[in-house]
Amino acid sequence: MTALDQATPEENRARYEALKAGAHEKSPRLAQAAQEPSNPARIKPKKVLHRELIPGGWYWSTIVPRGETLRIVNGGTGSVSALFWNADDTSERYNAGDTVKIQWHAHLSKGRVLFSDMGRVLMSITDDTCGRHDFIAGGSTPFSNRRRYGDDSLRNSRDNFRLAAGKYGMGVKDVAPCMTFFAGVTTGANGHFQWTGGHDRAGDYVDLRAEMNVLAVLSNCPHPLDPAPQYAPKSVEAILWRSPEPDEDDLCRTATEEAVRGFENTDPLFGGRA
Amino acid sequence: MTLFIDRDYAAATYDFTIPARKPWSGQLRKGQVLRIVDLEGQQAVDTLLYNLSNTTERYSAQDTLTAQGAAYIEAGTALMSNEGNVMATVIADTCGRHDTSAGACSCESNTVRFGHHTRYMHACRENFLLEVSKYGMTKRDIVGNINFFMNVPIMPDGEVTIDDGISAPLGYVDLRADMDLLVVISNCPQVNNPCNGFNPTPVRVLVWDSAV
Repeated sequence: MTALDQATPEENRARYEALKAGAHEKSPRLAQAAQEPSNPARIKPKKVLHRELIPGGWYWSTIVPRGETLRIVNGGTGSVSALFWNADDTSERYNAGDTVKIQWHAHLSKGRVLFSDMGRVLMSITDDTCGRHDFIAGGSTPFSNRRRYGDDSLRNSRDNFRLAAGKYGMGVKDVAPCMTFFAGVTTGANGHFQWTGGHDRAGDYVDLRAEMNVLAVLSNCPHPLDPAPQYAPKSVEAILWRSPEPDEDDLCRTATEEAVRGFENTDPLFGGRA
Repeated sequence: MTLFIDRDYAAATYDFTIPARKPWSGQLRKGQVLRIVDLEGQQAVDTLLYNLSNTTERYSAQDTLTAQGAAYIEAGTALMSNEGNVMATVIADTCGRHDTSAGACSCESNTVRFGHHTRYMHACRENFLLEVSKYGMTKRDIVGNINFFMNVPIMPDGEVTIDDGISAPLGYVDLRADMDLLVVISNCPQVNNPCNGFNPTPVRVLVWDSAV
């Protein structure tokens, strides 16, 4: 038993309320960042390490070494489901529940980070022109395609993730809840999901800076709640690029106390601060 | 939605009280009913389900929520597996609000959420690991779970808070097994948030051989 285990419920509640208030005080900086214009041209051609065009329905995987950035560019029709693992130890992976509860927020956008199940930061969202990404409903499956399109033979994210995981020696059990970019899902007061779009602007992009060596898998399939009647995902582009070193007041590293502590858990894997 | 069903506790074929903070696991045959009783109220019960004969088939929070188009578990919710099968159905529920998005607490996530000084405290994923290891499973088998009786409103603006539980003492939830199941529970030991009123308490699990 620690001293904290012996604290009174009132003392513990006071700690929780203080943390909650702190999380909300810091959030204006994130709101402000969301208003700042993005600059797709800031990738200089010589900084590009790889470009990949992922056809509709297909998947792609890559290692993103710490400090490099993966840009996902919307092709105009699709959402992109994604899973992330620590490439040096794939038992550590993206954790959807931790990512939102730690940051007190389900709308993951510029300035937020993606947490692993070990309290470390896998990826930072360093830029985002869409702002609509889903953590809760997940990617498509054979069953969701049957429900949506009456056809479970269409390519789906669940099988794409299993294929990609299998090629790295992993299996079904390594395919945990995913996140889906360019998919707007909100939760109404009664708990029902509402689709808020976010899937239809070609050229929208999200930049994910790797904070450890990350194995990333992208699946280019429509989100299971996307109401578009046709299954017709267009290609999306993934760009791996050598991004700038984070400076001292880097938004993702410093915008919240929770992120600061997440990086305090992450940086020691690499001998300290990036 | 809440749904009450009177059951004769003396007629249960299994009856066990999980002490505060402790894990539990048990097998449930197709057609049997598991009742989880929140004895003192406001206790989060973190729960995982596996297909008893093939544990690579397991509970999938995202499949469950997508299939029903809503973010919370309540009476009538079919609990789906990662293979698209119904594992169990919630056939009674006195609470009306259960979470399956926020996952389980861990020593590691506690350091980020509550400060590094909370590292060495009990946590649900420690409970899960001890329990699944009895069946040859590891951390890789621990996926997003159900938090019975835990109140995690997800607001339209995206705000996520773990709020005070709304389940009353002796509240319960009934799961009817739709396949043979391994059920793993961590009776949540968390005292850093209000998921159990900052005061972990025991819960009771009972099994009946038939749903009626």
